[in-house]
Amino acid sequence: MSGVRVLVGTRKGAFVLTSDGKRERWEINGPHFTGWEIYHLKGSPVEPNRLYASQCSGWFGQQIQRSDDGGKSWEPVGNAFAYDGVPGTHQWYDGTQRPWEFKRVWHLEPSLTDPDTVYAGVEDAALFRSVDGGMNWQELAGLRQHPSGPKWQPGAGGMCLHTILFDPSNPERIFIAISAAGAFRTDDAGKTWLPINRGLKSEQIPDSNAEVGHCVHRIAMHPSRPSVLFMQKHWDVMRSDDAGDSWQEVSGNLPTDFGFPIDIHAHEPETIYVVPIKSDSEHIPPDGKLRVYRSRTGGNEWEALTKGLPQRDCYVNVLRDAMAVDSLDSCGVYFGTTGGQVYASADAGDSWTPIVRDLPPVLSVEVQTLS
Amino acid sequence: MIRVVLPAHLRTLARVNGEVELDVAGEATQRSVLAAVEAAYPVLRGAIRDHVTQRRRPFVRFFACERDLSHEPPDAPLPEAVAMGTEPFLIVGAMAGG
Repeated sequence: MSGVRVLVGTRKGAFVLTSDGKRERWEINGPHFTGWEIYHLKGSPVEPNRLYASQCSGWFGQQIQRSDDGGKSWEPVGNAFAYDGVPGTHQWYDGTQRPWEFKRVWHLEPSLTDPDTVYAGVEDAALFRSVDGGMNWQELAGLRQHPSGPKWQPGAGGMCLHTILFDPSNPERIFIAISAAGAFRTDDAGKTWLPINRGLKSEQIPDSNAEVGHCVHRIAMHPSRPSVLFMQKHWDVMRSDDAGDSWQEVSGNLPTDFGFPIDIHAHEPETIYVVPIKSDSEHIPPDGKLRVYRSRTGGNEWEALTKGLPQRDCYVNVLRDAMAVDSLDSCGVYFGTTGGQVYASADAGDSWTPIVRDLPPVLSVEVQTLS
Repeated sequence: MIRVVLPAHLRTLARVNGEVELDVAGEATQRSVLAAVEAAYPVLRGAIRDHVTQRRRPFVRFFACERDLSHEPPDAPLPEAVAMGTEPFLIVGAMAGG
């Protein structure tokens, strides 16, 4: 019997939601790490009961937790994230240079092949890797030491590395994204990195077509087509068909192309999902209506998905790591809101149900499809 | 024997209840007490003071004998009552939002 496990990170703890393959009745387990910010949890693709969680606090800093039983119990592992060598400086909000300083882990991405190998995207932006189940962390310093590093600057949420995508056909290739530096690609397993921002246009920076400085909010890749990438930028929904070498805007008929998450249907690589948000200065849904937009054409042509979602007086946001899909035959789509709801659709977005509705503000949602 | 009171979140992390009692090598100072805390409970490394700089985290305070010792030098002797174990050394999460 197949099942689904939804891993929810919130401002005040982690929750594990489970259901059978029908996805009609859900068991809520949690909170874990009560009172701590859980930016992200994710399971190993090769050992699904191996989970990693980023636990942090403005008072007591960063912890990494690991579970080997699908989230029933947890053990703290290593939390020392030390930049390699002299950290150098990046641009601050006022244009001055400021030293790199570790603040928190935004995103954990377990390896596609080894449950003990996991990558961490951190603020201030850098990429770390552990090969011993999270006990020890080493920086892949070639990214932070890219010559453009001094031009990187924090977005409103901090200078965070929030997206890590592995190319399943090429173990040497990794894509990452930083707010607000942009997207980068390595083709040598992290030794050297290439900015891949050609075609992005950002009016909020002095040179709107600059090599770096773009506030990329999220990138999604379908594992069957790792050279096709979809991006939700600060403004604009973008698409690349050449592994990020160039990007084209595919915002099309969206009511607004500002937003945070973007994801792809598990079985239809041209079917993508975004949640339009009114603007960069008003992080609320347009017209008080919470609508997921779906494109079945890889962008440009979008349809509003509203069935089961609040269509009046709704002013929540959906953050960048708070949308995910399952891989059951009828693809499930999930997202969490800053109002504490997690909505699920078992029919690829046609209809939605809140599977839990009074959690703390949701920071991240990940989904595991269990056999 | 030095008595140390941890804030609730760190008691949870360290899986202890109430005060912890620690043998501290040499003079009782912030540095020696924190080293003993971290040696006994490695999960607290980085949670009270920074891994690299060893500086107190900004929203952590140190109290003892009704005094705020947070800005005392890390190698300054702690009050005798703390060194003698008659008063605890309090590690406190600062009052701040959230």
